[in-house]
Amino acid sequence: MINAGIDIGGKEVKVVLLKDGEVIAREKAMGGFEQGQVTEELLERAIKSAGISKKDIASTGVTGSGKKYAPPHEAEITEIGAAAKGAALLYPSARTVIDSGAEDSRAIKCDEKGVAKDFTTNDKCAAGAGAFTESMARALEIRLEEFGEISLQSKKTVPINAQCAVFAESEVVSLINSKTAKEDIARAVNDALAERVVAMVKRIGVEKDVVVIGGMAKNVGYLDGLKRGFKMDVIVPEHPEFIGALGAAIAAREN
Amino acid sequence: MAENTEKKELWRWLEARWTNPDIDWKQGKIVSAGIDVGSVSTQCVVMVDGDLYCYSSLRSGSGSVDSAWRGSNRALEGTGMTVDDWHYCVGTGYGRVNVPMSKRAITEIACHGRGANWMYGPQVKTILDMGGQDCKVIRVDEKGKVTNFAMNDKCAAGAGRGMEVFADFVGVSINDVGDKSFEIDEEPKPVSSTCVIFAKSEAAGLLKEGWQVSKVLAAYCSAMAHRVWELMVRVGIEPELSITGGIAKNRGVVERLEKEIGMKFQEKKWHNPDYIKRNYPFDTQIAGAIGGALFAKALAEKGKA
Amino acid sequence: MLANWGYQDGSGVYFITIDTDKCNGCRECIEACPQRVFEVGEDPADPLREEPVAFVVDEQRRKLRFACSPCKKYLTAEGGSAASRTPAELLAKELKNLPCVAACERGAITHSW
Repeated sequence: MINAGIDIGGKEVKVVLLKDGEVIAREKAMGGFEQGQVTEELLERAIKSAGISKKDIASTGVTGSGKKYAPPHEAEITEIGAAAKGAALLYPSARTVIDSGAEDSRAIKCDEKGVAKDFTTNDKCAAGAGAFTESMARALEIRLEEFGEISLQSKKTVPINAQCAVFAESEVVSLINSKTAKEDIARAVNDALAERVVAMVKRIGVEKDVVVIGGMAKNVGYLDGLKRGFKMDVIVPEHPEFIGALGAAIAAREN
Repeated sequence: MAENTEKKELWRWLEARWTNPDIDWKQGKIVSAGIDVGSVSTQCVVMVDGDLYCYSSLRSGSGSVDSAWRGSNRALEGTGMTVDDWHYCVGTGYGRVNVPMSKRAITEIACHGRGANWMYGPQVKTILDMGGQDCKVIRVDEKGKVTNFAMNDKCAAGAGRGMEVFADFVGVSINDVGDKSFEIDEEPKPVSSTCVIFAKSEAAGLLKEGWQVSKVLAAYCSAMAHRVWELMVRVGIEPELSITGGIAKNRGVVERLEKEIGMKFQEKKWHNPDYIKRNYPFDTQIAGAIGGALFAKALAEKGKA
Repeated sequence: MLANWGYQDGSGVYFITIDTDKCNGCRECIEACPQRVFEVGEDPADPLREEPVAFVVDEQRRKLRFACSPCKKYLTAEGGSAASRTPAELLAKELKNLPCVAACERGAITHSW
């Protein structure tokens, strides 16, 4: 059976095709203001790359903050549920799932079946999500893709006192002007975000294995901060930003 | 673009100084001073026996120490007085621990409460102050003693900075936001995002849908007014109300806030009828420094006792 | 005097309120708090007050949500979404059990979340 999973996030739309427990296609693109259209295009691309046709898809599941823009579908699931299901399919040992997206972060406690037992979220505040690092990366003129690597080169900790993305950006500009090394600033930025996420997760308690998903999971500096905060290692899937969509596909399959 | 930037700078950094022509400071018993070092502007107020003698308000410099000196020197220009003539000086504001000529640092909450009470009069019970970096709501009793307060300096959306960022995003000079936000047919719903970074995305979407800039501004001012109202409700709103800080210049937020509260903010006028008669300037920016100078006087008297 | 320490942002409203008329500077809140949120000293809003009073330290004030996170286990996830709130009655009960709130004999400390 083939199921499609769609995750319409604040920044990107992600689509996966799931066949008998294996992902056979994954596509993503910036959502912009045309999330519905982008989703249709991604679905077409995924169908093509998987070598199937549209009618082969038994059902479609949808998740993400932009679910309302999705084309007709059979199942809907919250981001919490999708994260838990997706992570548990790949890692049955996952008990704490941390989903770090562009606009929000959430942490979920789940069991081996991927059922969410408790969760906590940080949304509507850019300082708690990827938007924070994005603003700073822009100010530092470092590409987002390199932001993590560069921050790991830092040998010095530099404090960032501001707890708001807007105020932090000014602070970063001051640091740049006072000739602080870019890698030190980048590290401070990743550490600040990781600290907030770690603190948020402590509310539900950290239990291994910890799986980190979402776009931010590709930032190695951020992951380093999480590991230090939890004092344990974390698992990152190969395509972390697609796990939500995977969860949505699983929801469609279970429907 | 350059013109807008210049206007923005002028609005934020209006510099002023004044000496009371009716006081001979050498005849006074206690000379007290308050220096309010903020991240954007610095004020220095000197009082003689609790009367306003001279003050300065200028752009903050490269550091708190530098700002404190420039503020003091500017205030004392032409008076023949030096900082050595001060019996007691209190530092307040963001840089209060780095005011070299001060004997004590006192928070803006306490100084603002005292200062606003002294300037506006004992009828003022709720003070709203919003600058670029923070928003404070202070309840005081008739003597200017703080009875309740809340300050939010964590989130830019709750301070002037959020408005600056948003105005910049929609391409409107901060001076024009207020008036422009009323160039609408009917009040739109407020923007749903509190965070100004997300509000910008929301605004982009609205503009794309065909909303006029003035309507988008109205939606943001409305949301900001509601946020401020929530903070005021936490502290409790007791008449009379007074408002200080940059927000006072933005009628887009102030008028919507007055509507939500159901009350208007006090007219900017001296409580002291003599000051009104003699036409002394009423600059709400010096409220914190005045509070500092008043505490300085009280502490000087305590020391002498 | 009611001192409200904290902030509100897009994610919520987080204030610790200390009633300084009740506070006697006993320092029990400092002992009880695992996150060093409190300090006792000169009243920030009443410089002429001679007795010391408890307040929230600067370093934690602007990240209060995160500072207090470990103690807030009663914030249930029922009802889903970030906007989920613990039912009012349960919240009132749980707030009393917070280490700092419980440690204060005078009942001077309250949390808004």
